[in-house]
Amino acid sequence: MGDVIFEWACKGAGLFVLVLLGAIIVELFIAGLPAFRAFGLAFITSADWDPVQEVFGAGVSIYGTLVTSILAILLAVPLAFGVAFFLTELAPPWMRRPVGTAVELLAAVPSIIYGMWGFFIIAPAFGTYIQPTIIDTVGELPVIGALFQGPPFGTGLFTAAFILAIMILPFIAATMRDVFEQVPPVYKESAYGLGATTWEVMKGVVLPYTRISVVGGVMLGLGRALGETMAVTFVIGNANRISSSLFGPGNTIASLVALEFGESEIGSLKLASLLALGFILFVLSFIVLAISRWLLRSRLKA
Amino acid sequence: MNRRTLLAAGASLAALPLILPRGAAAQAAQITGAGATFPNPVYQKWAEAARAATGIQVNYQSVGSGAGINQIRNRTVDFGATDAPLKPEQLAEANLLQFPTVMGSLVAIVNIPGIENEQLRLTGELLADIYLGKITRWNDPRIVDLNRGLTLPNLAIAPAYRADGSGTTFVWVSYLAAVSPEWKEKVGVGTSVRFPAGTGARGNEGVAGTVRQVRGAIGYVENAYAITNRLVTTQIRNKAGNFVKPSHESFTAAAAAADWSVPGFAANIVDTPGPDAWPIVAPTFILLPTNPTDPARSANVRRFFDWAFANGDALAKELEYIPLPQATKDAVRGAWRNQFGA
Repeated sequence: MGDVIFEWACKGAGLFVLVLLGAIIVELFIAGLPAFRAFGLAFITSADWDPVQEVFGAGVSIYGTLVTSILAILLAVPLAFGVAFFLTELAPPWMRRPVGTAVELLAAVPSIIYGMWGFFIIAPAFGTYIQPTIIDTVGELPVIGALFQGPPFGTGLFTAAFILAIMILPFIAATMRDVFEQVPPVYKESAYGLGATTWEVMKGVVLPYTRISVVGGVMLGLGRALGETMAVTFVIGNANRISSSLFGPGNTIASLVALEFGESEIGSLKLASLLALGFILFVLSFIVLAISRWLLRSRLKA
Repeated sequence: MNRRTLLAAGASLAALPLILPRGAAAQAAQITGAGATFPNPVYQKWAEAARAATGIQVNYQSVGSGAGINQIRNRTVDFGATDAPLKPEQLAEANLLQFPTVMGSLVAIVNIPGIENEQLRLTGELLADIYLGKITRWNDPRIVDLNRGLTLPNLAIAPAYRADGSGTTFVWVSYLAAVSPEWKEKVGVGTSVRFPAGTGARGNEGVAGTVRQVRGAIGYVENAYAITNRLVTTQIRNKAGNFVKPSHESFTAAAAAADWSVPGFAANIVDTPGPDAWPIVAPTFILLPTNPTDPARSANVRRFFDWAFANGDALAKELEYIPLPQATKDAVRGAWRNQFGA
């Protein structure tokens, strides 16, 4: 009898999650339907967001979401790799606990704190010291220079990506450290015995062995970066325009929804558009998850 | 037991220890409201004072004008509050009565090295062109012409605006649209608009923070906020052609020149013609159902604001708001009588 109850309780819990997820997707889609009806597929590509004319498009926020998230991954992954590598291979034993705990604590900081820190400390520092220098040097170069031009506001896509990178760092680093530690010592020792350097052991033994989980950790970070709201809202500059420069202001789906929600009336096209944006974010996250699954599968077969 | 009664029960339980010792006030009438953030400080002060004086306990949640409109449409609160007035047909459709309670003013704030409070002179046309991205440097000849006594640096202008939909933005762009046909045509008026230039920040504190941090920045905030945070404000040329400083006198002059006899009291106080009038002043509104589900609570809402009209001016002024002219208050009371009887 107890077994039957237990079985059904577990089944119920599993089904509940599935039903809840499905209900959220369906609800978002239905609520966003007026926006899809009004603008069609162009809703996804249109860079127009004009509440006065009631013309809405998701282009700018999708662009901002992707750019900040990918940039954040590019910044965070090497750093996380360094942290994990240091903690498992190089650090003296007495240092591993404190540094490891510090990295994990980064994950416990509420995102509003990152937002305030970004707005009051990082953005002014970027705007005063880093951006003017880059704008005057790299910004002068042909082709890639366009990515680094514009007035040094301090806020913008790049600052948002920077904050995001720090926020997702602990997730990626912790995953990497855990899986690096699971590499059987005998593999590494054999490699060392053959005369391999630390880097060669890392490259030739540890990384291939842990590749799958490392990709998983990176995708976990990417998923978080896509949906982060509060911290990004503070530093991204919140402009519904696509600027060619990484220092220019932009917007992400999550921050646009958070900012505009309070001023959207029930039944308005704006509210429908915001919910449609939520649906798109859902789909984006789903795609990321699917890609990571697909990547892992091909690695498994290889 | 539905959610609302649960909430009400919870609220009265929470209030129990406060009420009990006072005995007589145990049947304190509760009313709830939600909406605009802009008048929130003065509503809270009024609520506190009115509770002692009238026994009415007001719970006001500053959730934003749009959310306030939604909540009063669904009748989940006793009154809604909004900065942007609803149109007469919207009011009729939702069975709402709209009336103003108090006024506030906006100021432009700047961060230019060497420029101090109330020194810089600007016009509405210049502000519109700055926010349109047409004037991009502080030493633009059109700005220099107005400020012969000041040394303006060759510095990029960085306009900052409210990124969250807000009544503050509504008032600001109403003013820009009133003085600039190009703004009216290209951008328009709303609680959030598509700003052609600049960077957005969240809330008054975000705009103020951006202006404080970025050299060459300009922004707009409520006057009360500029005063408490000692921000650098500017003079603005009004419709009569005079440069005015933001002061209680110039705000009151603007309010006195307004025409309140429009439907829904949706008076337009931006860019009023008085010689000393500050050009960017706006009222904030209450939305009250004309078919209340609970007439007693609706009456208490009116009693509360009646008390505020009679006794709340000093509190409003303390917080840098501008009380309504007496004639307007009387007109609002008249509208109540017309709608609800004595």
